[in-house]
Amino acid sequence: MTGFVSIRNLRKSYGSFEALKGIDLDVAKGEVVCIIGPSGSGKSTLIRCINRLEAFSEGSEIRVDGIPVTSGRALAKVRAEVGMVFQSFNLFPHLTVRQNVMLAPRRVRGTTRAEASAQADRLLDRVGIGNQADKYPEHLSGGQQQRVAIARALAMEPQVMLFDEPTSSLDPEMVGEVLDVMRDLARTGVTMIVVTHEMGFASQVADRVIFMDAGQIVEEGPPAQVLSHPREPRTRDFLGAVLNH
Amino acid sequence: MDIFDTFLNAEVMRRTFPMLMQGLWITLQLGAASIVAGLALGLALAMARLYGPGPLRVLTRFYIDIFRSIPLLVLLIIVYYALPFVGLRLSPFVSAMSALTLVSGAYTAEIFRAGIEAIPKGQFEASAALGLSGRQTMADVILPQAVRIVIPPLTNNSINVVKDTALASVVAMPDLLKQATQAQALAANPTPLIVAAMIYIAFLWPLVALVSRMERRFAARRR
Ligand SMILES: Nc1ncnc2c1ncn2[C@@H]1O[C@H](COP(=O)(O)OP(=O)(O)O)[C@@H](O)[C@H]1O
Ligand SMILES: [Mg+2]
Repeated sequence: MTGFVSIRNLRKSYGSFEALKGIDLDVAKGEVVCIIGPSGSGKSTLIRCINRLEAFSEGSEIRVDGIPVTSGRALAKVRAEVGMVFQSFNLFPHLTVRQNVMLAPRRVRGTTRAEASAQADRLLDRVGIGNQADKYPEHLSGGQQQRVAIARALAMEPQVMLFDEPTSSLDPEMVGEVLDVMRDLARTGVTMIVVTHEMGFASQVADRVIFMDAGQIVEEGPPAQVLSHPREPRTRDFLGAVLNH
Repeated sequence: MDIFDTFLNAEVMRRTFPMLMQGLWITLQLGAASIVAGLALGLALAMARLYGPGPLRVLTRFYIDIFRSIPLLVLLIIVYYALPFVGLRLSPFVSAMSALTLVSGAYTAEIFRAGIEAIPKGQFEASAALGLSGRQTMADVILPQAVRIVIPPLTNNSINVVKDTALASVVAMPDLLKQATQAQALAANPTPLIVAAMIYIAFLWPLVALVSRMERRFAARRR
């Protein structure tokens, strides 16, 4: 079986250091996959390879909706189908919230200004910040900024959404509002690959949890199994450390 | 008073003022043309230096270093007096503008590069993830942010270009300085030189003050 996102023998090195040591992963359409693991285990590198923010080694293969992720023309197609949300939001500070959401549809899809604006307002309503559309990002809280970032990614109507620790740089009281938006999103059938340390979110929302360590997938399965009854000692150690800290 | 008769002689001032105004007009034209051309050249050089293919990057870097090292007066004299030996005879205005542009472009390139490199990597990544092309990323995301950073140093550079237009008087450009020295010779009185100096200051002082203000405000926002 090959997934909507299919990763074969994915290797990535920084100099002589191998950050990914041959990852095989298939994610089905509409599936929600959470990736957990210690810091430095290669989680970010893995999802950044999917839209090729990182180049990967020869012999590795990634396909999204059947399209090979290579450099060049096909890459534009893949990036149009794959949205990404970063730990540090990365909103465009010189644009208002609405303009942040409108930019990619306007430029990449050639959507008219009126259409893009209406779509932005719909999306901002959906993530609960419709009333902040004319503000600049710096005047928003972290949680609000991250919700704008989600709306911005959704404006391209992606089939797949990648999240790289979307709540890790938020004050604790704002984590919930972002996770709620992601939970709603999961119900709409968008394929989601989420790197997270939020075990509650993973256990409630994920169809599958993947535990990574040292550039490899160590264990994967339904959340109830991986999080509550891990088979591998490394998974047990990690979960023990996370839950007791 | 004797000193006023010598350095700020009202009669000489009145007689030579039209000449000085002609010179000022040429100085402003030369300054403006060189600034604009230097900006365009600088942006192109910065792009080549940052994103061009390997050999082009090396070449650009070489260009930038050379033209920041050569004294402008030397370059100007080469353009005006040496190029005719290979059949390239440029008017004083074109010679001066070329020399000013070539050098200003090198400095401007470094200013743009620094401005672009000051934009966080996440801005490039967010743009790429949204599917924006390299050109769109530059035009819609990076340059609008970089411009705010580079405006103070670019203004500084523009002040230098205007000041350096005075060098054009050595290649017989009838700019403000040249007109002033000629008026001085005609009137046998240094008043035109003093007036010319005051005109330079009157034009450039506000810009200098503006840069200081922008730099202060920028420093305050950084904190
Ligand atoms: N640009 C880079 N240069 C060198 N090493 C890197 C770079 N990016 C990541 N790494 C290394 O690759 C490994 C995996 O990093 P990353 O994917 O960010 O881990 P995680 O997201 O799981 O914390 C780490 O050991 C990290 O130090
Ligand atoms: Mg990471």
